[in-house]
Amino acid sequence: MSDLNTQRRQFLKTSLGAAAVAIAPGMLLFDTAHGKAEAGSSKVRWGMLIDTAQCKDGCNDCVTACNKENGLSGGTAATDSQWIRKIELKDIRSGRELSLPMMCQHCEEPPCVDVCPTAASFKRADGIVLVDRHRCIGCRYCMMACPYKARSFVHEPLQDQKPDVPRGKGTVESCTLCVHRLDKGQQNTACAEACKNKAILFGNLNDENSEIAQKIRSVASVQVRADLQLNPGIRYQGL
Amino acid sequence: MADLTALRFRNRLYYVLLAAGGLVALAGLYAVHMMESHGHIITGMNNQIVWGMPHVFAIFLIVAASGVLNVASIGSVFGKSIYKARAPLASLLSIAMLAGGLTVLMLDLGRPDRLMVAATNYNPTSVFAWNVLLYSGMFSLVAIYLWTMMERRMNQWSKPAGLAVFAWRFILTTGTGLIFAFLTARQAYGSALLPPMFIVLSFAWGLAVFHVVQKVIYAWNEKTLDPAILQRTKNLLGIFVIGSMYLVATYHLTNLYFAHQSGFEHFILVDGGVYPTLFWWGYVVLGNLLPLLLIYLPGLGKTGCVVAASLLVVAGAFALLYVFIIGGQAYPLNIFPGFTVSSSFGDGQIASYHPSIYEFLLGLGGLAIAFIITTVSVRVLNFMPQDKAYIPD
Repeated sequence: MSDLNTQRRQFLKTSLGAAAVAIAPGMLLFDTAHGKAEAGSSKVRWGMLIDTAQCKDGCNDCVTACNKENGLSGGTAATDSQWIRKIELKDIRSGRELSLPMMCQHCEEPPCVDVCPTAASFKRADGIVLVDRHRCIGCRYCMMACPYKARSFVHEPLQDQKPDVPRGKGTVESCTLCVHRLDKGQQNTACAEACKNKAILFGNLNDENSEIAQKIRSVASVQVRADLQLNPGIRYQGL
Repeated sequence: MADLTALRFRNRLYYVLLAAGGLVALAGLYAVHMMESHGHIITGMNNQIVWGMPHVFAIFLIVAASGVLNVASIGSVFGKSIYKARAPLASLLSIAMLAGGLTVLMLDLGRPDRLMVAATNYNPTSVFAWNVLLYSGMFSLVAIYLWTMMERRMNQWSKPAGLAVFAWRFILTTGTGLIFAFLTARQAYGSALLPPMFIVLSFAWGLAVFHVVQKVIYAWNEKTLDPAILQRTKNLLGIFVIGSMYLVATYHLTNLYFAHQSGFEHFILVDGGVYPTLFWWGYVVLGNLLPLLLIYLPGLGKTGCVVAASLLVVAGAFALLYVFIIGGQAYPLNIFPGFTVSSSFGDGQIASYHPSIYEFLLGLGGLAIAFIITTVSVRVLNFMPQDKAYIPD
């Protein structure tokens, strides 16, 4: 009788062990694919401070880095995706010239999220505004609503996509603040990293000890189209 | 024997018309297939002009679908008998145009295969999502309304059903106007005037379409419309045209009043190339002034003139929508007020747009769907207005 029990216990132990061995790699892969579960926390508000005095006219390093990081073609035809672009500005009255990068401003009150019929446009708890590529039906209403013209529509079939940055023909896309990096625990975006002049400072706006929060407290910075009261996470210095 | 020949001819004509409509719809389907396999790259649309020619067709059809119900409402809600006799035809046209317009809108999506997502994921803050409910509600309501009118036992319910349709279509066109009215960042849109403007435009466009179809159906059945009846509906068209012109003028004048909008108005009304031309010649002259002359000038206003006026109103509608939708996007978004800007993404530049053949085919396919639904229904069911001896009421 007891011999039978031992055998049964042994059998159960072996089965459990085999099951664990079978499931573990899957769980591990699943975990890797989903990154860190605690990434999207409302304790964090990711943002940027862009110093226009440091941004050099004609320099395109942030754009090139973004294209490389996210697998964009880098083309500038009217139908090509541009997640970040350099804008050259000239003050009409004073004639002062400056240059700055423009991308999704990751608004606290994003109009794209308001207008999206299927809730494909959404804002994460950490303030990053994203498009769920599985839900986007390609109506382009968000592109009509965005005050910063930050979004692009994928007009053509895509090849050689980056595994970390899935995209899709017929859907809308924009800057993700390199969410795939952040979710892996990295602390910087590709554009900020590529800027030789350190014109782009990336960080957690909610952490008062972070470099970005301290700098925003000490220097004058503005939000673009602040009159719309969307509270973007991207701020500009010297505009 | 002569009658039989005439009947045979009409039968043959019916199938020829159906085949013609079917061919155009098929061409539309071909365009959809091409857009599906190649992407929107084969259209003239781009990241600056994100809504193009298909939206011009779709919005015309949807707005006219709401406006044509005016004919039914005046009958059911206000009890005017000549309109009551035309309510079934008006309702049919409404369903047909709504179906055509929505088909175009759906098939222009980047991912039309994901239409189910729009039904299963619903964002309550989106005007587009509201419109999904408004359009499907309109379909059902008008279908019920038609049933109460055409099924004798249900006749007693036709007044409340008519009242419900009357209310619903106002909300529906308000919803269509709000799609643009809520786009506060764009100079062309973001105006509270847009919903009422679309409502009054819908009256004129719907009645114009009704006039044309009514004329064809009377000719088809070898009947002549009582000139006294036409006299009344033609005057109504005149009033609607004047009303819509007033609201379009008000919209532009209020924009001119705000200093920051004057650049945009200058673009649309004066130096924007194709847009001012289409606005002044297409919409104002061909779509409004000429129809008004055809309607009101002494000696004119006969059947032929009214049909011509109606066709011109429809042409003017397309011109206005092109200026409104495409011109509104072509003018650069003012992201940095007080600065001149330039970039690789079209900042500070007038966006260019050349509609491709596929966009036209898709839009015409939508018209063809409306045409087929109307032709088949008119043939199968009795939509011919039945007028009693005319007594003014």
